[in-house]
Amino acid sequence: MIALLLRDLRLAIRAGGGFGLGLAFFLIVVVLVPFGVGPETELLSRIAPGILWVASLLAALLSLDRIFALDYEDGSLALLATSPLPLEGAAMVKALAHWITTGLPLTLAAPALGFLLSLAPEAYAYLLISLLIGTPALSMIGTFGAALTVGLRRGGLLLSLLVLPLYVPTLIFGAEAVRRGADGLDPTGALMLMAGITAGSFALLPFATAAVLRINLR
Amino acid sequence: MLSVQNLTCARGGVPVLAGVSFDVDVGKALILRGPNGVGKTTLLRTLAGLQPAVYGAAHYPEDEGAYASHADGIKTALTVIENLKFWADVHGAPLPENILDTFDLTDLRDRLGGTLSAGQKRRLGLARLGVIGRKVLFLDEPTVSLDGFSVKLFADWLQNTHLAAGGVAVVATHIDLGLDAPELDLTPFKAADDTGGGSDEAFL
Repeated sequence: MIALLLRDLRLAIRAGGGFGLGLAFFLIVVVLVPFGVGPETELLSRIAPGILWVASLLAALLSLDRIFALDYEDGSLALLATSPLPLEGAAMVKALAHWITTGLPLTLAAPALGFLLSLAPEAYAYLLISLLIGTPALSMIGTFGAALTVGLRRGGLLLSLLVLPLYVPTLIFGAEAVRRGADGLDPTGALMLMAGITAGSFALLPFATAAVLRINLR
Repeated sequence: MLSVQNLTCARGGVPVLAGVSFDVDVGKALILRGPNGVGKTTLLRTLAGLQPAVYGAAHYPEDEGAYASHADGIKTALTVIENLKFWADVHGAPLPENILDTFDLTDLRDRLGGTLSAGQKRRLGLARLGVIGRKVLFLDEPTVSLDGFSVKLFADWLQNTHLAAGGVAVVATHIDLGLDAPELDLTPFKAADDTGGGSDEAFL
């Protein structure tokens, strides 16, 4: 499993791997928002939690279709399926690799971008924590979606349509946690619920992903 | 070591081969013959466990099967040695020292997968079989895009390394590999159109 993780990370940072693409997209979306809504700091700081969360969600979505598509095309997926590595484990590793190359950089960059949106100073810690807890769920749910659409031509759009509704709970609780933090309220409830979604998706979705992959490989 | 009994396999929900039975002993190979579309690939994928059999079963030691087809699973952004190392690690097997020599890849060791020619890629794909340490190989047209020298290289490896060490191979091929192995023509096993079972498979 470590070998697969290292290979995926290595492929991501080599030429054409798409590392940093999500991060650049996140940066651009967040920079565009003040141009769109105008420079009023009060308005910006009120919508900042939602903007940051929606932008990171879209950035995570951007690289989802690569999770299995490349391995499917060159035959690695069939070879992995016949290797001693269980497909459930491979699914979890793929999600983890996606998180390390997408979710983690987003999380680390978010506070800097929160500054651009004049996010309330009290909210920075909660922004970091909520993204840290929430983005793994985005990767795992996205991996499941990628498995569903692997082998389909132009599966990327279908993938977005399948996955975005599943992202709604994470988005609601994530943005709510940051907003409560900004208002000086206790965000523990929202954070706990989001942690529950992450834990639940990592417990269940690898099995669903592996089952779907087996059907798609037939 | 490999025993196949009364196997029926389907492609896209339509049975293509029915009642296939054969045994392959330790250290032996079996060559599958038959015209295009008869179901060689389907049979090999079924044997390797990539798709379920409609009826019947194949028996071989668990976790000993390996499948190889024209899709080699070569990563274009990894070097030759990195590609091989990855498959060795996934299978928890050590990388044999002479594997690059065996498949004439020594000079290409640090070349990226994406810069290899079709034949070189094929050799790398076949070298993977040498590093994963699996005993039962299901090979689908292993010699496509190989030149005569490389075909002989591969046949030598199969005969003198893999089979000599107690392995088994089922090979679908249209050319003469020069192996001392029985041949099985799949044409007589072609499934009749009314063979039932698995009719809902296409919708699953």
